[in-house]
Amino acid sequence: MERVAVIGVGMTQFARERPAETAADLVFEACTRALEDARLSIEDVDVVITGSNDFFDGRTISSMAVMDACGSYDKNVSTVEGDGTFGAAHALMRVLAGWGTVLYCAHHKGSESVMPLITNAMFDPIFERFLGIEAVTSAALQARAYMDRWGLDEETLALVSVKNHGNAFRNPVAQLPLETTVEDVMGSPYIADPLKRLDCAPVTDGAAAVILADREHARSAGSRAVRVRGVGYSCDAFHLGDRDLADPSALRDAAARAYRGAAIDDPARQIDLAEVSEVFGYMELMWCEGLGLCGPGEAGEMTASGRTARDGDIPVNVSGGCLSANPVLVSGLNRVIECVLQVRGEAGEHQVEGVRTAVAQGFNGPCGQSQCVWVLGGEE
Amino acid sequence: MTEDWRDSQEILVMDGRIKVPYAWSAGEVGTTYLESLRDAERFLGTRCPVCGIVYHLPRMHCPDCFEACPEWVELESTGTLVTWTIARRPHPALSPLAPPFGFGVIRLDGADTGFLHLLYGFGVGSLRSGMRVEAVFARERTGSILDVSHFRPSREVV
Repeated sequence: MERVAVIGVGMTQFARERPAETAADLVFEACTRALEDARLSIEDVDVVITGSNDFFDGRTISSMAVMDACGSYDKNVSTVEGDGTFGAAHALMRVLAGWGTVLYCAHHKGSESVMPLITNAMFDPIFERFLGIEAVTSAALQARAYMDRWGLDEETLALVSVKNHGNAFRNPVAQLPLETTVEDVMGSPYIADPLKRLDCAPVTDGAAAVILADREHARSAGSRAVRVRGVGYSCDAFHLGDRDLADPSALRDAAARAYRGAAIDDPARQIDLAEVSEVFGYMELMWCEGLGLCGPGEAGEMTASGRTARDGDIPVNVSGGCLSANPVLVSGLNRVIECVLQVRGEAGEHQVEGVRTAVAQGFNGPCGQSQCVWVLGGEE
Repeated sequence: MTEDWRDSQEILVMDGRIKVPYAWSAGEVGTTYLESLRDAERFLGTRCPVCGIVYHLPRMHCPDCFEACPEWVELESTGTLVTWTIARRPHPALSPLAPPFGFGVIRLDGADTGFLHLLYGFGVGSLRSGMRVEAVFARERTGSILDVSHFRPSREVV
């Protein structure tokens, strides 16, 4: 891949409700932090890209409402509706197209709408929507299929919730640090079997921004510029019944493409840390397998053995992950940002020693239909 | 120093609701399929002439082969439960049946792919992936996917 680097990152505080800030206020906060982090001013930015969703924002062309807040006047502007990993990939392409410095920001105010009503609307209006399916119930179908495939129990899935909520204590922007046990997760009420309340990500308000630059423009960032080594994406079928829900095949494809760019042929050995979009606990297990951090069906055991813990040999979601803050769309961008901070050695209290290469994963659509993978860091 | 005016402020919140009517086309394939459910209580699939896969839900084009699938195939009203969940706390606006009801991916006999539908009339704790299920048709049928009221554990004699 051509030389592109992440030279600035910014996240807001994530919370269940941030009533004092409008979506635009959150975008301004995130963009300001990213610019400060890059030691740039808005005049240095050539291209601005926004990420938002009309349904969540309750307005059409929702991107236009945050244009002031991201300093887009007189700039190249385009908008992405989808997870932050995809939005950031669009930013990457703008850099590769010859624009020196690109700012991408995404926002989400989950507190302002009703999550199940909105996620219900992602399903087919003729054949699926009126059955009442939405994000949690569809994820539950995938969780069950995955458990059945590998003979896993609910306690194994609960390990992810315990680990990530615990990790969140060290991440100052996380929403939901929780001291919790497998028994606590098992005792939390069922939302949709086998998923219980503590297996599910919370509703969140917040925003995040990244600044990407080509080699010349990244020079001013010096050693704080984190190289983008590979990005890949792939999509599975729309209708759940057409897919093998227990097999993260789209993620495997996306990872293979990202790894090809990054010259990674043994991800379990070459990747030091992963940030994945585990909106539900079981997803972390499936996504670890899809990323090749372990073999198919092995992620439960890998988690139980502590290998994905903060002090394990392949820490996953040391930030607390989506279970500890899930601003939809922003969530995938948070994964990228956390990887950047880890590679820079600037993740603060949740810094893991010696992270050189990190992988971030995000998805769009029910049950991880469309997958995106970023490999960040590493040597020139 | 004066106190920051933001510290004592109570934020105003505007309640709203977006209600926009839509008229979604079921398309030619969807119309034939839904009419068959409505008029004959019969599930239909389509077969890809290249790979031979029988799609249910029926498809105008095979997404794998990118070929038209003009051949209709009659399917059974019984099938296998591929995966399932029980909706314990559905939003009231998303409850076509009184909770607890379930969702399942069901592969009908004669089809190669599964489809999503409701599960009802089961004992909590009795659902298993791989179990046999059968369709229960609605008495009043209007040409919608809810012309199939739900699926229940099969009462067929093996």
